[in-house]
Amino acid sequence: MSFGSGAMTNSISEIKDCKLIFLIGGNPTEAHPIVGLEMKKALRKGCTFIVADPRKIWFAQHAKLYLPVKPGSDNWLLNALAHVIIAEGLENREFIKTRTEGYEELKEFLKDITPEKASEYTGIPAEDIRQAARLYARSDKSAIYYTLGITEHTCGTDNVRTIANLALLTGHIGKLSTGVNPIRGQNNVQGATDMCIPNKMPGYQDVTDNAVMEKFENAWGVKLSRTLGATSPTMFERMNKNQFKALYVIGEDPVLSEPNQDYTIKGIKNLEFLVVQDIFMSETAKYADVILPAASFAEKDGTFTNTERRVQRVRKAINPIGNTKPDWQITCEISTRMGYNMGYPSPKEVWDEIASLTPMFAGINYARIEQNGIQWPCPDTKHPGTKFLHEGKFPRGLGKFFVLPYRAPAESPDKEYPLLLTTGRTLYHYNAGTMTRRSSGIIHKTNDCFVEVHEADAKELGIFDGEMVRVASRRGEITARAEVSDKVKRGVIWMPMHFAEAAVNKLTKDAYDNITQTAEYKVCGAKIEKI
Amino acid sequence: MVMVPKITLNIDGKSVEVNKGKTVLQAANSVGVRIPTLCHDPRLEPFAACRVCMVEVERGNSSALITSCSTEATDGMVIRTDSEKVLKSRKMVLELILSDHPRDCMTCEKCGICTLQDLAYEYGVRESRFFEKPDGGVVEDENPAIQQDTSKCILCGRCVRICAEVQQDYAIDFKNRGFDTETGLPFGKPRRETTCVLCGQCVSTCPVGSLVEKQAVGMGRDWEFKQVKTTCPYCGVGCTMYLNVKGNQVVKVTSKTGSVPNDGNLCVKGRFGYDFVHHSDRLKQPLIKKNGKFEEATWDEALNFVASKLSEIKAKYGPDYIGVLSSSRCTNEENYLAMKFARAAIGTNNVDQCART
Repeated sequence: MSFGSGAMTNSISEIKDCKLIFLIGGNPTEAHPIVGLEMKKALRKGCTFIVADPRKIWFAQHAKLYLPVKPGSDNWLLNALAHVIIAEGLENREFIKTRTEGYEELKEFLKDITPEKASEYTGIPAEDIRQAARLYARSDKSAIYYTLGITEHTCGTDNVRTIANLALLTGHIGKLSTGVNPIRGQNNVQGATDMCIPNKMPGYQDVTDNAVMEKFENAWGVKLSRTLGATSPTMFERMNKNQFKALYVIGEDPVLSEPNQDYTIKGIKNLEFLVVQDIFMSETAKYADVILPAASFAEKDGTFTNTERRVQRVRKAINPIGNTKPDWQITCEISTRMGYNMGYPSPKEVWDEIASLTPMFAGINYARIEQNGIQWPCPDTKHPGTKFLHEGKFPRGLGKFFVLPYRAPAESPDKEYPLLLTTGRTLYHYNAGTMTRRSSGIIHKTNDCFVEVHEADAKELGIFDGEMVRVASRRGEITARAEVSDKVKRGVIWMPMHFAEAAVNKLTKDAYDNITQTAEYKVCGAKIEKI
Repeated sequence: MVMVPKITLNIDGKSVEVNKGKTVLQAANSVGVRIPTLCHDPRLEPFAACRVCMVEVERGNSSALITSCSTEATDGMVIRTDSEKVLKSRKMVLELILSDHPRDCMTCEKCGICTLQDLAYEYGVRESRFFEKPDGGVVEDENPAIQQDTSKCILCGRCVRICAEVQQDYAIDFKNRGFDTETGLPFGKPRRETTCVLCGQCVSTCPVGSLVEKQAVGMGRDWEFKQVKTTCPYCGVGCTMYLNVKGNQVVKVTSKTGSVPNDGNLCVKGRFGYDFVHHSDRLKQPLIKKNGKFEEATWDEALNFVASKLSEIKAKYGPDYIGVLSSSRCTNEENYLAMKFARAAIGTNNVDQCART
């Protein structure tokens, strides 16, 4: 990628000292409340906020500049910002010369990406784009924060690289409170990605690197396959083509969380054998041949890695409820019964094995993270961990500029489905809602599915605030309560993803980013009808 | 790095060197001199409302009482934290606070972790010469998370300030005057109709029994709880929190200032979203589907069945017809084992989770 590794470049504790925060496609006060608090601290200390989002979120209301960007047009906004930085001579020439490559190609490409043109696609006034570029480039501690509003697109990887271009142009990277920061959505997204992806061994060691594979073969005492593995969208595609026979699902609910629910269910029904391991009867578990009851986080030991790369302890507080077992133990027992012995006394020994095989975790052990977690990379037990990344040098050497022209979303609004549906998370609920919807304190605030509609659109459709409406796309329809206000941009509707009875992923499109295979949850055509 | 100049002051005869800009309270704490506080929370700006943190500062031949939480330490300052004048003032302040506070420690939720109780004990304040019957009581509100008892409020303003300064939700404020002063929501509205987001930060900072976790009421005393330090299972911020456990039950969730990365702050999900652990919907027994219906099985039956079916499919079609989907909800160790299971036991690289974004 642009820098050579994918993670937050800075720490949460650095947020309060930022001089400028450019927040795009993220709503920290609801999705990452404690990061939201740190940003509020920065705001109180006079930090300038530029917020690009189709919804007038909390920080948009408190921003110096609010850019109401049309979902799917981020590429135009980001490239136009880069255009202004170069056109007005705001780039950091020294940084570009010593630490980057590909600048001339980018400069040539950006010539025509003017704020005026970008304005047509994004709906943001050209002058605001100019102003944003000046503010971002001129501040001495500028940080970009983004979340799934940037990545959950067919052009998600492009978007991330276009953001990286801005940091490389201005040299706003590799310093305290200055960098590029994706905020991780779930407790252990970082850790799961560090450990468990089809084309990488733990710590992003390449499956195609023979030395790496031999190291693992020696440690595990088994010959490993060199065939590249399938990502989850590929698995579902193969299930739909009847080219996949068994799936072992641990703590996931793909029926609810994958886009285009009908397609997911059809794939799962084609399987010969489905094992689901979970703490609740999930939507996916209903289709299982075997359900294995797992223990919750309160009932087991282990570690999570947070969004700032900090490996932190999870500790067992109570005994497993009922006849449940921790996930780690269940997996080990299946493996041993299949003839491959996995006999670990506790998660500590598992971690020690991870650290021994993964250079970026080599210096982390349970004793060292007893008090506070340690941020990777941590190459040896004397190393304090890494607060911010890319000081002086990028993992790939020079930072790389990418030339990334606009690619339209897989599906845009049209005559039949004239509204642009985008989705997300609320403060009170969490993803598929399996946990939060069983918490009385939380369902007190919201417990039904709603759709945010702009007041002008609502007027045209004859819809009132609080009315139940039908929301439909080419893939399905659901019922939700209309929330009419000026929060969401005109022509856009927004829905939360937490409610199984009104699963918004019945509507979303199963189109994926070409590199990460992340689904385009953030854009599809939809319509609203009165019931 | 900008170097902050140092200053030196004298506290209880000890010479103390601190960075310029620190308060007298911070200077004293830095060398282990304890000064009691009620309205102070390191997450908040100094407020100097409770007057319990008064110390004596020498001024030439005379001296004065100052609030240590809000006074900046200056070079050459001479401070006494335990002089007769200080102790007398502190007792008086406690008497005044107790004049508007009920004496029902025996049934109070905060018994054992109440700062006012601790100070009254420490300074031997049994009676208040100013005693009046404290009014107010438990505020009726249907929310299941936060319980407020206005009779116990000592008007330290910590809840008001954490809601305004840290949360910036501005849901709570002072109202009325004199003995009738209390903190609360605007116009006595129910919590759900206000800007309150049920984060419970007010509960976390309340030094007395005025704001408590509603679901923990009557569930146990603080000294009965085992506090287990762990990491929040919700979003990617990874807040450090403590599960307060009695028996095999999580009774409440708390945090501590100074915790990394959240400094004692938690949101509504972290603080109140734990009921799922004990929910009756939890799967408690392995299930095997027979004739389209799930039937309970023993672990041995279920695990043997899974192992034999996976082995059978692997033998029949090859390992690449099997996949493992792990989760960003699981621990690092579990994700590693899921990965190892797919690669070493099944023999395929078909292993993924939802978090590739």
